[in-house]
Amino acid sequence: MDWQGQKVVEQLMQILLVISGVVAVVVGYATESFRTMMLIYAGGVVLATLVTVPNWPFYNRHPLEWLDPSEAEKHPKPQVVAKKRFSKK
Amino acid sequence: MHSFGYRANALFTFSVTALAFICAIASLSDNFSDQNPSAEIQILNINRFKKQSYENDEVSLTLDITADLQSLFTWNTKQVFAFVAAEYETPKNSLNQVSLWDAIIPDKEHAKFRIQTSNKYRFIDQGHNLRGKEFNLTLHWHVMPKTGKMFADKIVMPGYSLPDAYK
Repeated sequence: MDWQGQKVVEQLMQILLVISGVVAVVVGYATESFRTMMLIYAGGVVLATLVTVPNWPFYNRHPLEWLDPSEAEKHPKPQVVAKKRFSKK
Repeated sequence: MHSFGYRANALFTFSVTALAFICAIASLSDNFSDQNPSAEIQILNINRFKKQSYENDEVSLTLDITADLQSLFTWNTKQVFAFVAAEYETPKNSLNQVSLWDAIIPDKEHAKFRIQTSNKYRFIDQGHNLRGKEFNLTLHWHVMPKTGKMFADKIVMPGYSLPDAYK
């Protein structure tokens, strides 16, 4: 999953869970049924899981652009210089 | 959010936290409900009143209990535990409470009832103080929620008394 996808996934997950929680409380209170509230919320959790946890293709639409190998060769890595030892006189 | 496990963990944590919020809201909604329970108890008969073989006083009663606890039930109520206690004062104890009868009320339909029964639990005094004793019969109830805090209340019915002599 690319960076853009990760950001979308985090927001989607939170929004889906919060909305299903709010709907669950409202519907449950209106119908005076605790069970209804729990079922709606459980449904919301399952939906959020299916949407955000697997690595769906639409989360990979903005892949990172890695540097081309031919370009990398033109800019060699800096060499590690041997450390100078400072000795006390 | 870079891996399956990471996302699964994040979702699990967030959903459990949200669940805790939902349950708290459900519990708080109980404070908005209007509650007016009522009850009445009559003593039909005092069956036996004796000293237990030179020990403590014991009474056996038949009670007629009428109660309407339907308004205690909300969407967040699991069950109501109700019990009747006899309360009186003795020289030794400022308050004696003896539980005579109890019941678990599972739902609203069973919460309005009238029952005639002898006391489920023995009414035994610590001593010989019950002759001519005046006592209160109190109906206590504990409302047990599905989530949240249990709360308890009672109705005190004064003015009952026992005979002056053993039967």
